[in-house]
Amino acid sequence: MNGSEIFFECLRREKVDYIFGYPGGALLKVYETLYDVKDIKHILVRHEQGATHMAEGYARATGRPGVVLVTSGPGATNTVTGISNAYMDSSPLVVFTGQVPSTLIGNDAFQEADIVGITRPITKHNFLVKDVKDLALTIRKAFFLATQGRPGPVLVDLPKDVLNSECVFNWPENVEIRGFKPTVRGHENQIRKAAKIIAKAKRPLLYVGGGVIAADSAESLRKLATSQDIPVTMTLQGLGAFPGSHPLNMGMLGMHGTYWANQAVNKCDLLIAVGARFDDRVTGKIETFATHAFKIHNDIDPTNIDKNVKVDLPVVGDSGHFLEALLKTLPETREDRSEWLELIAGWQRQCPLTYENEKSALKTEFVIDEVSKQTGGNAVVTTDVGQHQMWTAQYYRFEHPRSIITSGGLGTMGYGLPAAIGATFGVQDRPVVLFCGDGGFMMNVQELVTAVHYKLPLKIFLINNNFLGMVRQWQELFHQEKYSFTDLQNSNPDFLRIAEAFGCKSLRATNPAEAKQAIAEALACNDGPVFVEFQVIKKDMVFPMVPAGASISEMLLDRLNPKTMV
Amino acid sequence: MKHTISVLVENKFGTLNRVAAMFSARGFNLESISIGETEDREISRMTIVTRGDDRIISQILKQLNRLIDTIKVNDLTHKPHMARELLLMRLKLDRSSQREIFELINVFKGKTVDIKQKSITIEVIGTPDKINTAIDLFRPFGIKEIARSGTVALHRGEG
Repeated sequence: MNGSEIFFECLRREKVDYIFGYPGGALLKVYETLYDVKDIKHILVRHEQGATHMAEGYARATGRPGVVLVTSGPGATNTVTGISNAYMDSSPLVVFTGQVPSTLIGNDAFQEADIVGITRPITKHNFLVKDVKDLALTIRKAFFLATQGRPGPVLVDLPKDVLNSECVFNWPENVEIRGFKPTVRGHENQIRKAAKIIAKAKRPLLYVGGGVIAADSAESLRKLATSQDIPVTMTLQGLGAFPGSHPLNMGMLGMHGTYWANQAVNKCDLLIAVGARFDDRVTGKIETFATHAFKIHNDIDPTNIDKNVKVDLPVVGDSGHFLEALLKTLPETREDRSEWLELIAGWQRQCPLTYENEKSALKTEFVIDEVSKQTGGNAVVTTDVGQHQMWTAQYYRFEHPRSIITSGGLGTMGYGLPAAIGATFGVQDRPVVLFCGDGGFMMNVQELVTAVHYKLPLKIFLINNNFLGMVRQWQELFHQEKYSFTDLQNSNPDFLRIAEAFGCKSLRATNPAEAKQAIAEALACNDGPVFVEFQVIKKDMVFPMVPAGASISEMLLDRLNPKTMV
Repeated sequence: MKHTISVLVENKFGTLNRVAAMFSARGFNLESISIGETEDREISRMTIVTRGDDRIISQILKQLNRLIDTIKVNDLTHKPHMARELLLMRLKLDRSSQREIFELINVFKGKTVDIKQKSITIEVIGTPDKINTAIDLFRPFGIKEIARSGTVALHRGEG
C-alpha cells in the first residue's frame, strides 16, 4: 500500500465516519485515493479554520474524535485558532496536515510552514511522520492520545513523499506510550475520605465542569446529587451535566452566573469540584472564592489541582470513576440539607433571572427563552462568543449532556457556525440550533455554503444588535461609554440577502410575536438549513455580572443596581 | 527556592523545545537546562534548575509530567544527589598574576586547558556553588570569557 492508502485504512480502523477537509498540493495523493473511498465521508469546508471548528463541534456532540485534513503551509496555519480552541476546551481532535516532501523541509519550500513547531504549545502532542513505515503507528498513537485521559487536539504532519511511498500495512492493535499513563481511577483512600466528608457536610455544593460531560457520567452525577440532596452549579462547559428542570439545578456560576449559585459558593461548607478547573471566569478574585468551604477537587489532569485554587482533598482521576466510586462508598446516614436548600431558594426568590419583555422591540433573552421552550431543552445548542453566549447559558434550560457546544476557554468569535455544522453531522435525533451574534457570524460566514450544500437541518439564529455587544457592555460600564469600533450599524451587510445568496431559507423577526412564529417555522423545517435574523435591541446588557477582578460576592444585578452580597 | 529536577525524556527531535516552550509559555523561571543521551540511546536525561515557591514547583513538576515525551520526572532538591557543573573560563595572563592564578587553579582542583601569551583558559568542575565562588575569586585577574555547562545531576544510590 502507499502512504495515502495506509492513511485511509488507519481511519477505517479508528472508525472514522467524517473528515472535515480542504485539498491542496501536498495532499494530491490523498485526495486521489479519497476519490474512490466510499465508507468515509469527506466534508468540503471553505476555510481550514472552519474545518477545525466543525471537527470540534462533531467531537463535542458525539464524544468521538473529530478529524481534520488540510494541506501544508497556509492550509495548516489556518487551523491554528481551531486547534487552540480545542486545546483550551479539551476536545478530542486529530488534525492531519500535508507537508512539503521531507527532503525539502527547512528549505523555505513553496507552501512550507513549520506546523509542528507552531502548534507545539496548543496541541496535546504532535508528530511529524518521516517514514511511511511509521505512519500507521503514528496515526494509532494520535487517536489514542486525543481521546485518552484529558482529551485534546493532536496534529500529525504528513510530508508528500511519505504519502507517496509504498510499505506493508501493519496495524498495531495495542499502543503503548511510556510517557503517557493517565490516572483514570481515583485514589481509593481519598475517595473514602471524600465520602465521609460529604456525608457530614451541612451546606455542600457540587461545582461541575466539562469533565463530567467528557466522561459521559451525567447519570452518576444525578444519582449523587439527588440521593444526597446536594445542589449542583455548572460551568459553561458543564451545562447539561445535570437536568435544568431539576430543583437542585442552580444554573451556571461565575462572572455571569446566577446570584444564588455565587451566593452558595460563598456560603457553602463543602465545595465538590468535579471535572472543573477553577477558571478565572468562575472564581473571580481568587482570594475570596469559597473561603468557608472545605474543597474536594476531582480532575483527570493533575496540573489542574492547586493551579488556581488550593484545595483540601484532591482526587486525580476520571470524573465518571470518581462519581461511581463515591456512590458506592457513601455512608447510609447523612446530614439533613433542607435548611441549606431553603436558604438557596431564598436567594433565588430575592434575585431571580428575569428580563422585562417588550411588545414592540425584541430582546435576546426572549429569543433564547422561547427556543428553549419550543425545543423543550432538548436541542443541541451551539453558540458563538459574547452576550448571546452568556444569555444562552442563563436562559436555555439544558436537560441533557452534550447539549451546549461553545467556545469557553479561548472565546473564539467565528466558532459558532462551523461548530454547529460539525455537530449536525454527528447528531441525528435532536435538533441542532445555533445562536450567533452579528460580529461572530461574519468571521466564518463562508461556511454557510457547507451547511447549504450538505442540506443540513441546522437552525441558524442570528442575534443581530448591530454591535459587538459584550465589548459594548464593558465600554458602557467601565470605559466611559466610548464605543470604540464596536458599532456595526453602518457597516453590517443585509444578512437576509447574504443567506439568500448562499441558497439558505431565511426569515426575519423584529418583535416577540414574529420571533415566536419564526422559531416555530424554523424548527419545523427539515429540508436544509434555516436562517433567522432576530433584530434585537442594542442597549441590552447581560446581568448579573461580576466585574473583572472582583470577588464573586460583588455582583452587578442591573445597570443601576450594583449589589454587594454579605 | 532553587530546585534541581532530573527528567528522563524520549530522545527525539523537538523534545528540548517542548520542555523549554512549556517553561516560557507558563512563565516559569529556567535557570539552566542541560541534556544528553543516557545508557539507553532512546532516552535522554535533562537536568533543569529552576526557582519558585512550593506551589510553582509543584506546577512545574506536574506540567513536565504532562508532556507526552517525558518519561520520568524527579525533583532531586530534597533527596541525596550529586550536582556538577563544568566551567570553562578564559583569563588575562601577565607576569604579575601568573603565580596567583596557578595557585587558585589548584585550590579549585581545576585544570589549565589552553595557554597563550596573554591568556589562559581553565576548567573547573564542581557544584554550582563552587563554580560561582571560583568565578568570584578569579574575577580580579580579569575574566575574558566564560562558558558554563549548566548543572547535570544524578540521585545517589544503587539505582
